[in-house]
Amino acid sequence: MSVLQAIEEKVKAVEEKLSKMPPPIKLKELIRNIRAARTQAEERALVQKECAHIRSSFREEDNTYRCRNVAKLLYIHMLGYPAHFGQLECLKLVAQPRFTDKRIGYLGTTLLLDERQDVHLLVTNSMKNDMNHNTQYIVGLSLGCLGSICSQEMCRDLAGEIEKLMKQSNAYIKKKATLCAFRIIRKVPELMEIFIPATRALLSEKNHGVLLTAVSLITEMCEKSPDTLAHFRKNEELVPNLVRILKNLIMSGYSPEHDVSGVSDPFLQVKIIRLLRILGKDDPDASEAMNDILAQVATNTETSKNVGNAILYETVLAIMDIHSESGLRVLAINILGRFLLNNDKNIRYVALNTLLKTVSSDINAVQRHRSTIVDCLKDPDISIRKRAVELCFALITANNVRGMVKELIFFLEKSDPEFKSYVSSNVFLACEKYAPSQRWHIDTMMKVLTTAGNNVLDDTVASLIQMISDTSAYHAYVSQRLFKAIQENYTMQPLVQVAVWCIGEYGDLLMAGQLEEEEPIQVTEDEVVDILEKIIQSTVSLPITKQFVLTALMKLSTRFTVAVEHIKKTIALYGPSLDMELQQRAVEYSKLFQSYDHMRAALLERMPPMENKNISGSQIEKKNKNNKPISKVENTDVSAVQPESNGLLDLIGGSAISTPSIEPNRPQKESTDLLDLLDLDLSAPAMPMNQPAMLLQPGLMPMSNNMTNLMDGVPAMQPSTNLLDGDMGITINNRIPSLTAFEKGGLKVELEFEKDTSPNVINITAKSTNSTTYPMTDYVFQAAVPKTFDLQLHSPSSNIVPPNNSAAVTQLIKVSNPQKAVLRMRLKIMYNINGMQISELGEVNNFPPSTYQ
Amino acid sequence: MLKFLLLANKQGHVRLTKYYEYSEISERTTLEADLIRKVLARSENQCSFLDYRDYKVVYRRYASLYFMIGIDHEENEMAILEFIHLLVEVMDMYFNKVCELDIMCNLEKAHMILDEMISNGYIVETNK
Repeated sequence: MSVLQAIEEKVKAVEEKLSKMPPPIKLKELIRNIRAARTQAEERALVQKECAHIRSSFREEDNTYRCRNVAKLLYIHMLGYPAHFGQLECLKLVAQPRFTDKRIGYLGTTLLLDERQDVHLLVTNSMKNDMNHNTQYIVGLSLGCLGSICSQEMCRDLAGEIEKLMKQSNAYIKKKATLCAFRIIRKVPELMEIFIPATRALLSEKNHGVLLTAVSLITEMCEKSPDTLAHFRKNEELVPNLVRILKNLIMSGYSPEHDVSGVSDPFLQVKIIRLLRILGKDDPDASEAMNDILAQVATNTETSKNVGNAILYETVLAIMDIHSESGLRVLAINILGRFLLNNDKNIRYVALNTLLKTVSSDINAVQRHRSTIVDCLKDPDISIRKRAVELCFALITANNVRGMVKELIFFLEKSDPEFKSYVSSNVFLACEKYAPSQRWHIDTMMKVLTTAGNNVLDDTVASLIQMISDTSAYHAYVSQRLFKAIQENYTMQPLVQVAVWCIGEYGDLLMAGQLEEEEPIQVTEDEVVDILEKIIQSTVSLPITKQFVLTALMKLSTRFTVAVEHIKKTIALYGPSLDMELQQRAVEYSKLFQSYDHMRAALLERMPPMENKNISGSQIEKKNKNNKPISKVENTDVSAVQPESNGLLDLIGGSAISTPSIEPNRPQKESTDLLDLLDLDLSAPAMPMNQPAMLLQPGLMPMSNNMTNLMDGVPAMQPSTNLLDGDMGITINNRIPSLTAFEKGGLKVELEFEKDTSPNVINITAKSTNSTTYPMTDYVFQAAVPKTFDLQLHSPSSNIVPPNNSAAVTQLIKVSNPQKAVLRMRLKIMYNINGMQISELGEVNNFPPSTYQ
Repeated sequence: MLKFLLLANKQGHVRLTKYYEYSEISERTTLEADLIRKVLARSENQCSFLDYRDYKVVYRRYASLYFMIGIDHEENEMAILEFIHLLVEVMDMYFNKVCELDIMCNLEKAHMILDEMISNGYIVETNK
């Protein structure tokens, strides 16, 4: 008993305390307090304290202040603090009869609730009640709220109500209901059909709000379902109806309600034009019906104000999308051209954006405004400049490439760093596509390199090198120009990389090359080496650049006669380098000087011109077919390749002593080594676009020029494709036609095919003949195939190929192809002729299908 | 369609937010902070449109208040720019020379006006 009493007393005390609690502070006061908070922490503390108050007040079921508390909570919510505990209170407010309560309640529900909350059942009911309320504002409130929080179930429950409300005579309710319908079909597209009949009546309304919402609703319906779009198109009245409304808008005089700086209801106009665009797309009849009105809008709209331009902009978009007359299209583009000259930056921005979209379909019309677009490159707004640059690149053609590129390079000089890499790589692409002459191409690229500085992308460097190697006529010119450029400034890495590569490759031309118009530069070999030395020692040089330099130096050691000792010394300096890559190179190169000096000249031969990208592109495709992930290419840094390349070094040493004829086991092993190589090589064709792979190239060069060739497998295979032409014509009976796999320097290798008795195995006989007058000794023929195949290389008939085609060396290759994949083969041929060591690589990609099917 | 409307002052304080598409509250605050920073950093002579995430953002400055509206790529940005002006005019009429404090202290009224003009991400009434 006493316990009960004690509890009762306690409860009473608490109640008394509570009733004495002051009424909660007003919203304004809260805002003032929060604004007065000096630090974030202070503000947070304040908000938390207030939240605690609000909570306890909610707990007491305090009806008088609930409204105020929710309002405060909304403010707190806006500041980004959690306020979800107020959700239920909002619902309670919604259920209140008072309008103020309802209003705040609905507002709170809209803001605090979302469709994921499970309190929805409660809301649905009170909303349903409110929708049947006889005050239009309350109906409006509940409709507005429904639109923002409705979940799928709510849509299904309330769709009927909404449809009824859409048919009401009250415009205020009608427009809100229409947008609710809009929301519902967005959430639950199946419900669309209920609303279609109601739309027709909506369009005959006078009230702009209703029209606006109706047009939005129809637009959404058309976008959501093609069936509805077809339905509306079939509906004879819709397009004329819209045209009529639009016409009325334009023609009608001043109406104070909807006037925006002299244009009557631009928002409705924009919406209607947009719907017309959707209806007219791919529909010639509808397009026909709206051509006139669009032309009218395009010509009559006043352009001095922003509003007029907004309408014109929408009109232009519509004209571009529908089947419009050509005259109209020209008009549209001209409007955009006029936009570009406008003082308002917003309009220029929009115009450029639109031109970008239309440039692909109507390039000629856009071309006419080229000069204006180029002017936009100087715009103070960066986003306008960005659009203008994009557009400029889209507009480059063979005819205007000189002028455009000149402008762009001018732009490049002044532009921000972030633009530079974009512009430089795109100028490069444009030049590649449209360059009128190689000389111009090279000059332009030099200019780009010097102006863009360090902002040139790595792949641009790689492709530029490829391009230079392709244009053999200008090797001397290029290397001299580049040399001059780096004499002045060697801090720009991309430029230095290209220059160093060229000097390495064409160092001999640097001295001897005669230029037509320019004076040849006077440099000594030591000066060149000095410059390279400076670059490699410079602190601004990237490790990659240093690698370039080291390889270039090595190459120069065969091109220069006087400075070889100097080079040797410089390379040796990097033997103890901390950089793994540099060290490895330096050590390997030094070794080459010491132990393999006789091979050095052959190893460091000039790289054969790289083929253009199309071929490497197809190679990449092929690679993808083999399911080699692209990332492999990225990862194939030199370090990863190291074991293989070392293997190759062994292989070179080893195979110099033992030929397949001596040790029958040997070829097998070697061919697997080669297989590894092939593996590596698969990633190599991507090299022109990829810096790490590019890196490989100079890195491996010294080990064997075969290796280099392997990397360039592409050009190496070129002769064989050409030579094949004659053979292709031979009709294929049971016999498989033979093909010439290799022909160079008097050596010709023919492959003859024969199906083996066991299935999926083909016997290939390689017949090597020698058309020179000297015998080829120590002849080694090796072949490698992709890993899906199995290859057996038998001993050759001899290791000497006699001169003058007097006899052929034959060697049997057994290839088993269990997966019936497309057969490809890489060849490696080594021999001595007239005291020279020759080593060649080849690739055979054109096996007759019958060999592997 | 309109995705959100955001009012902030020059100091970067949010004054009014309205979202027409659901997003987490934490996401909202980061979006607001990020966007406001971006907009405030833009200079006078830059245009009023910027691409932000998936939205095109149209903003307009009135004294110390920035009105920002995020729209999808279908919407006509010029019309939205005009709409912001209309909204300001309407608020001006209602509050009789609207200022930042008016909007702040009469948050629910500002919301009411907004709800009358935009519903579900679409402009519903353009009548002043």
